[in-house]
Amino acid sequence: MTCDPWRDKLDAYVDGDTSQGEIAGMSEHLRTCPSCAADALSRLRMKRMTQAAAAARYSPSPEFRLRMEKSLQKSARTNPKPGWAFAWMPRLVAVAALVLIVASVFWTRHSAREQALAELLDLHVATMASANPVDVISTDRHTVKPWFQGKLPFTFNLPELQNSPFKLVGGRVMYFKHTAGAQLLFNLRNHQMSVFVLQDQAGLIPFDSGITATREMAFNSETWSEGGLRYVVIGDASASDIRELSELLRAAARSG
Amino acid sequence: MTSLTELRKRDETHRSYTVGAVADRTGDFGSFEELAMPHFAKLYNFAHWLTQDRAAAEDLVQETYMKALRGFSSFQQGTNFRAWMYKILRNTFLTTKAGLKVSVSLDSDGDDRPAEPAVTETPESVLLSRAEIETIQNALEKLPVKFREIILLCDLEEMSYQEIGQTLGIPIGTVMSRLSRARKAMRELLAANLQGAS
Repeated sequence: MTCDPWRDKLDAYVDGDTSQGEIAGMSEHLRTCPSCAADALSRLRMKRMTQAAAAARYSPSPEFRLRMEKSLQKSARTNPKPGWAFAWMPRLVAVAALVLIVASVFWTRHSAREQALAELLDLHVATMASANPVDVISTDRHTVKPWFQGKLPFTFNLPELQNSPFKLVGGRVMYFKHTAGAQLLFNLRNHQMSVFVLQDQAGLIPFDSGITATREMAFNSETWSEGGLRYVVIGDASASDIRELSELLRAAARSG
Repeated sequence: MTSLTELRKRDETHRSYTVGAVADRTGDFGSFEELAMPHFAKLYNFAHWLTQDRAAAEDLVQETYMKALRGFSSFQQGTNFRAWMYKILRNTFLTTKAGLKVSVSLDSDGDDRPAEPAVTETPESVLLSRAEIETIQNALEKLPVKFREIILLCDLEEMSYQEIGQTLGIPIGTVMSRLSRARKAMRELLAANLQGAS
C-alpha cells in the first residue's frame, strides 16, 4: 500500500479543507493505515496545541479598547459614510416632517430631550474613560445606597442582583443641569452601563412619564419616571439587556 | 480515547460556526462598529503576534480600524468581512518599519515548489506529551513572519484555505504549500528545542 498520495493531503484533511470527493477515500485509508492515522492524529494535536498556545496570548488593554471605541464613534460622527447617511435618512425625514406638521412647542421639547440624552451619554462615556470612574466601589447595594446619604436630597432602591447577570460596580454623585443626582455603574459581561437617578423636576429632563427606549451612536438607553425620580439607563449593551436592567430597577423602586 | 474522526468533526463544527457567524453579520450589514468590534481582541492578538510589541500592535490595530472605517462604504455586502479586516491589518503591517523588513522575503522563496516530504518521525509525537504552552509560543515567535502568520490564520483563526488566500492575496495552491513548509519549519524548531532541552 502506498501512502504518498494520502500523506500529502493530510494537512488539508486535518484543516477540514479536503474536497467532498476525497473525504471518503481518506477516511478509508486512515482506517487501514496505522502509520498515516498516527500522523494525522499527531498533526491534529499539533494544530490544537498551536491554537491553545496562540489564542489570547496577547490581550488588548481595556484602555485601548475604550480608546478604539471612542475613536470609531468620533470618526463616525465627523465623517458619516454614505451608507450610514442612508440609514439615518428615514429618521431625518421623519424629524423634518414633524417640524413642518407639529407645533414649534413640540419641536422645542424634542430637541431638549435629545440634548438631555446626549449630555447624559457624554457623562457615561467620560466616566468610562476615567481612571476612577466611581467614588464608592462596591458590588453590595447595601454599601452603595447608604453612601449617597447626605449627598443627595432623595433616596432610591437598588435591585438584588444575585440571580441576575448584572453586577454592581459602584456609584458617584453627578451633576446634571446644576442638580445633584446619582450615577451607578453596572457590568454585564464586557458591557458597562450607567444608571442615572435624578429628581424629576419640571423641565429638568423633558421626557414623557412612560418608558422611552432610544438608540443613539450605537448606545442603547431607556428612561422612565417613578416616585418623583427620573431614571436613565445608558450603555453599549443590547436593547434587551438594557430593558432587563431597567425592569430590575423598576421592581426595586416599587418594592421600596 | 477520542477518535480522529470525532476530533476532526469537532474542529469543523467550530469553524463552520465561526464562518457562519461572520456571514450572518455581514448579511445584515449593520454599522461598522457592530461588525468590527467583535473581532477587536483577535485582531489585536494577531497584530501582537506579527509585531511582537504592544505599542506597535496598538498602532497597527488603530490604523487598521481607521482604514477599514474609511473604506467601509466600498465594502461589498456578502463578501467576507473577517478576511477583509485581516487583509487590511496585514497590508498595513507590511508598510510599517517592521513589516518592510519581512515583505522582501514574502515573494521570493519558492512557495510554489512542492513541499519536501514530511518527516516520518514527527517531533510533536515525542514532544507533545511534555510540551508546555511556552514551548509552542517560543517556536511561533522564532518562525519567520510569513510562516507565523499563515499558521495563525489557519490554526488559531481557523480560516479556510480560501479565506487565507483572500487575506494574504495568494492562490489556494500557494496557501497549501506555504502552510506545509511553515509546519515543517515549526516541527524543526520544536525538535531543536527538544534536543536543546535534553
